[in-house]
Amino acid sequence: MWDWTFTFEILPVLARAAIMTVEATALGFIIAATVGLVLASIRLAFPSAGVVVTILVELIRSTPLLIQIFFLYFVLPKAGIVLDAFTAGVAAIGIHYAAYCSEVYRAGFENVPRGQWEASIALNLSPWNTFKDIILPQALPPVVPALGNYLIALFKETPLLSAIAVLELMQTAKNIGSETFRYTEPVTLVGVFFLVMSLVSAGIIRMLESWLQRR
Amino acid sequence: MNDMPMVRFENVSKRYGALTVLDSLNLDIGRGEKVSIIGPSGSGKTTVLRMLMTLEAINDGVLWVDGEPMTHMLQNGKLVPATTKHIRRIRAKIGMVFQSFNLFPHMTAMGNCIEAPITVLGMKRSEAEERAAELLNMVGLSAKKDHYPSQLSGGQQQRVAIARALAMRPKIMLFDEVTSALDPELVGEVLQVIRKIGREHDLTMLMVTHQMGFAKEFSDRVCFFYQGKICEQGSPAEIFGNPKNERTRQFLNAVLEAG
Repeated sequence: MWDWTFTFEILPVLARAAIMTVEATALGFIIAATVGLVLASIRLAFPSAGVVVTILVELIRSTPLLIQIFFLYFVLPKAGIVLDAFTAGVAAIGIHYAAYCSEVYRAGFENVPRGQWEASIALNLSPWNTFKDIILPQALPPVVPALGNYLIALFKETPLLSAIAVLELMQTAKNIGSETFRYTEPVTLVGVFFLVMSLVSAGIIRMLESWLQRR
Repeated sequence: MNDMPMVRFENVSKRYGALTVLDSLNLDIGRGEKVSIIGPSGSGKTTVLRMLMTLEAINDGVLWVDGEPMTHMLQNGKLVPATTKHIRRIRAKIGMVFQSFNLFPHMTAMGNCIEAPITVLGMKRSEAEERAAELLNMVGLSAKKDHYPSQLSGGQQQRVAIARALAMRPKIMLFDEVTSALDPELVGEVLQVIRKIGREHDLTMLMVTHQMGFAKEFSDRVCFFYQGKICEQGSPAEIFGNPKNERTRQFLNAVLEAG
């Protein structure tokens, strides 16, 4: 049933693909965390622009990620914007999770007591300094666990990139399977890799959390 | 300019929807004057301070500070609504201490006291720290300068908040029920500090308070607010010794009985 020789044969290929998966996750999450923060900040700073952001966020959250990936990869070129598979995939994942992250940040902002804003006004702090020095440092630590959950969720969704043939883990496992007609080892290894990485990330996030709480 | 009072409310009104919180208020506060505002809850007394700190917009009238309009500015001899920049320039003359302290919880006592001097006044860090150390010393908290608010008692937090406000060198200090959130045994230390800055600093002070004893001993003038208007005002001796208005009498009787 399980062939160890074959396993060791495909390990280097899968390891390269694993690096691709980690890269896609890291880049995707950087986009998600940054764009999400920008969206939430726009909503905070310009309540009038809030409606636009809300519509955008709802639009992104209410359609499947797979469709968004297809849209960026297959439809955008019709408008003259051609992205390679990796860029399109990472951008789609990043923007999709940015919508979720923006809601997390919003909850974080709303959690900062009104008195903090009022004290900032009383001290005549500029809006920018109020945001940067007073509001953000209090809004971020409580939402780290929620952001961490989205990091892991995003990571587990990277196999969707195989739909546009990005050579991440799932696509590589499929390729190995179709060439050798052996699926047990590659697919199992991919599963184990995701399990281990998710557990490691969860551990890191928990450490970060307790470090933030101790401060 | 110096014959203008430090603060002037000129026909200032504040409404929330159909509810009128302050009805055409006229009130002058002289330079260096210490004024206490007393009255039942919902009488609009806290709103007076919050409007002066620009935490609430006014609906009607003009607010003057140090001889200049704050809510408005002069343009071709006419008063037009003030720009944010104008408001920030005038607001720099005012400091406020809140009932709920509102210290920045992620900064130490020292951090709380140097944030605004550095970012708003552009002070050098060393200079800001030196001055903050003096102020923390004045409020009796030299030993606590590296403590976070969560490591301080309510009374200590409020004293840091006073030092933080003074670090901006205001001309006017507003105290909004600053002892109401404190355990009774901690009230004294905060009032002690307010007495001290009243003596040592040349400040105009406006306070909303439920501490009738303190208002009587500390203020130059006491204003009794009732239903959005000044019902009666005068020297502490007049208000507490011989109130003329029936409402004032009722309020003082109720408060003194409870106390």
